[in-house]
Amino acid sequence: MKRNIPQEIEPLKALQEFTSARIAIGRVGTSIPLKQSLDFKLAHAHARDAVYSVLNIDHLRESLTRFELPVLHLHSQVADRRQYLQRPDLGRRLNQDSLDQLRDLTTVSSDIAIIVADGLSATAITENTLGLLKELIPLLTTSNYKLAPITLVEQGRVAIGDDIGYGLKAKLSLVLIGERPGLSSADSLGVYLTYKPKPGLTDEMRNCVSNIRPKGLTYKKAAKKIFYLINEAFIRKLSGVELKDNDGLLDAH
Amino acid sequence: MSAFKTTIRHKVYKFQDLKTLLGKASPYRSGDELAGVCAHSYEERVAAQITLADVPLKTFLNEAIIPYEDDEVTRLIVNSHDINAFSLISHLTVGELRDWLLSDDTDTQTLTNLASGLTPEMVAAVSKLMRNQDLIAIAKKCEVVTRFRNTIGLKGHFSTRLQPNHPTDDPRGVAASIIDGLLFGSGDATIGINPATDSPAAVSKLLTLMDNIRYQFEIPTQTCVLSHITTTLQLINEGAPVDLCFQSIAGTEKANTSFGINLNLIEEAYQATLSLNRGTVGNNVMYFETGQGSALSANANFGVDQQTCEVRAYAVARKFKPLLVNTVVGFIGPEYLYDGKQIIRAALEDHFCGKLLGLPMGCDVCYTNHAEADQDDMDNLLTLLGVAGCNFVMGIPGADDIMLNYQSTSFHDALYLRKVLGLKPAPEFEQWLIKQGITDDRGNMLSISPTHGLLGTVI
Repeated sequence: MKRNIPQEIEPLKALQEFTSARIAIGRVGTSIPLKQSLDFKLAHAHARDAVYSVLNIDHLRESLTRFELPVLHLHSQVADRRQYLQRPDLGRRLNQDSLDQLRDLTTVSSDIAIIVADGLSATAITENTLGLLKELIPLLTTSNYKLAPITLVEQGRVAIGDDIGYGLKAKLSLVLIGERPGLSSADSLGVYLTYKPKPGLTDEMRNCVSNIRPKGLTYKKAAKKIFYLINEAFIRKLSGVELKDNDGLLDAH
Repeated sequence: MSAFKTTIRHKVYKFQDLKTLLGKASPYRSGDELAGVCAHSYEERVAAQITLADVPLKTFLNEAIIPYEDDEVTRLIVNSHDINAFSLISHLTVGELRDWLLSDDTDTQTLTNLASGLTPEMVAAVSKLMRNQDLIAIAKKCEVVTRFRNTIGLKGHFSTRLQPNHPTDDPRGVAASIIDGLLFGSGDATIGINPATDSPAAVSKLLTLMDNIRYQFEIPTQTCVLSHITTTLQLINEGAPVDLCFQSIAGTEKANTSFGINLNLIEEAYQATLSLNRGTVGNNVMYFETGQGSALSANANFGVDQQTCEVRAYAVARKFKPLLVNTVVGFIGPEYLYDGKQIIRAALEDHFCGKLLGLPMGCDVCYTNHAEADQDDMDNLLTLLGVAGCNFVMGIPGADDIMLNYQSTSFHDALYLRKVLGLKPAPEFEQWLIKQGITDDRGNMLSISPTHGLLGTVI
């Protein structure tokens, strides 16, 4: 099959070195050439598949055994993806089974609760959780932070970490969550840090380290940044806007 | 409090107040369900619409949906209502207004004269009784023309905001997207960047970069960095080249507070921007963005449905005679507008309501990856808005915003619309495109030579 040849692409091509934006893609008539149109569709397909991806709990459990921490499996009040997308309020709360599970635990207090939630991309969790934790957990244990059991949460939003961190009597919660997939990044992991987690907190109480993935913020750099934020949070006994505003270092990757 | 009720098949539907009635009469969307204000059944929704149709427009002057004492947007709406303009329709009900708007006797001039006599709640109400076709047909009769360095909104013309965003605000990356866009005939509404950081120094660099390109090629357009209004105000005082002052606005005082703004602050920035006197053919200097769901997401909707909240934001915009008002319709996500159908409906409502209130409405035809929508939905919406006479849309390389991570309309999309509907860019910009050898005098795209001046842009 003879493919459409984009017109006049060459003079503009040189500009592509300066940005990953879809510039200089040519035109057929006034429309986008077929190759570029299909490239876009494929990227969107990856993003859509990521939104509907599901956590492989058994596989995650298995890969986390190396850290020698108990692993809990919890679920939000959301029934399915369609509801998850329309009812963020339900994704922020644990269902009754999960609340019972937490209540029945004889938890002693800890410093940090690591919570892994699917968010908007279970793909991001599957691909990046182990890599990040392999860098981060040794930093934490070396500094003698006491870690709570790791929790895996299905259909969870960021704020579900407040209920869990509180239930686990942790001083700080660290929520690893799949971010909203972009067209060029369906596998981006975000980490939200909240000091003194408890039900009802709002987002200005948190700090976020975003875009964690091999082609974005690397595991090593992300772990370093998170570790720095945790130390600061424990020293200053707070997290959120105030923690961010007082340190220009945080913006340097 | 007035009683609103209707009986359908022996079942009596009662709506306790105007606010409740408006919520129940709204075409279904996920955000109203999230807020708990939508009808519980299809029948209840139509019952509410039947009830709303019989409400006299005068009722809207006597019953505030958010109390006058509690909310400065309500005070603005009440205090700026033009009772003389209203007298033309003061005897009508909401339903009669719908029929009156569609009548052939109601022409462009009539609608222009009426605008200041309408309140946002009246306009929201009448839109809830309309099909998409009605929203398009009436909006098409409106003409809202604004000017700065060119003329936007003339019938038969259709403009774009060139949106050259870059994840790190890299000047070469931004410039590359600007040049690409200009060579595709984009940028007559404005060249406007969403900055990755709101720091005044970074914003100032972007303003200077764009001003230099505009100056170098004598482009009859205006530039804008979409920073917070306080940042823009500071930069105006420091002498940065600010053409347009941008701000996101919402329809309640509390929601605006969450954005860090109020009417006095906007007035201060408006006066400061006007004082620069940089426009050549007019002095519309404000650029506002809105979007259904913003009030609820700030927990500041007071039980009012999201579309009515949105139209109240237009009262805020109207006070400052903006060059551009852009409803960023699908950016907020599926918890407010779930799919292509809801996004399309919301965009047509916003465009209609804004135009009827006298605003230069444009639309960011867009969606996020967790919404049930794709480029086909955007094609549908773009085409419908083109037919409705929308003033402008976005122009983004390949429709993919690599900074904000959402999909909008491409440079190509605007060319498509101009071609199929026979629309032209802003007249001054059209002349510039011809002079630059980018289009011929019938609007056809020309081949770009490797030695074209824009490819040698100095930044």
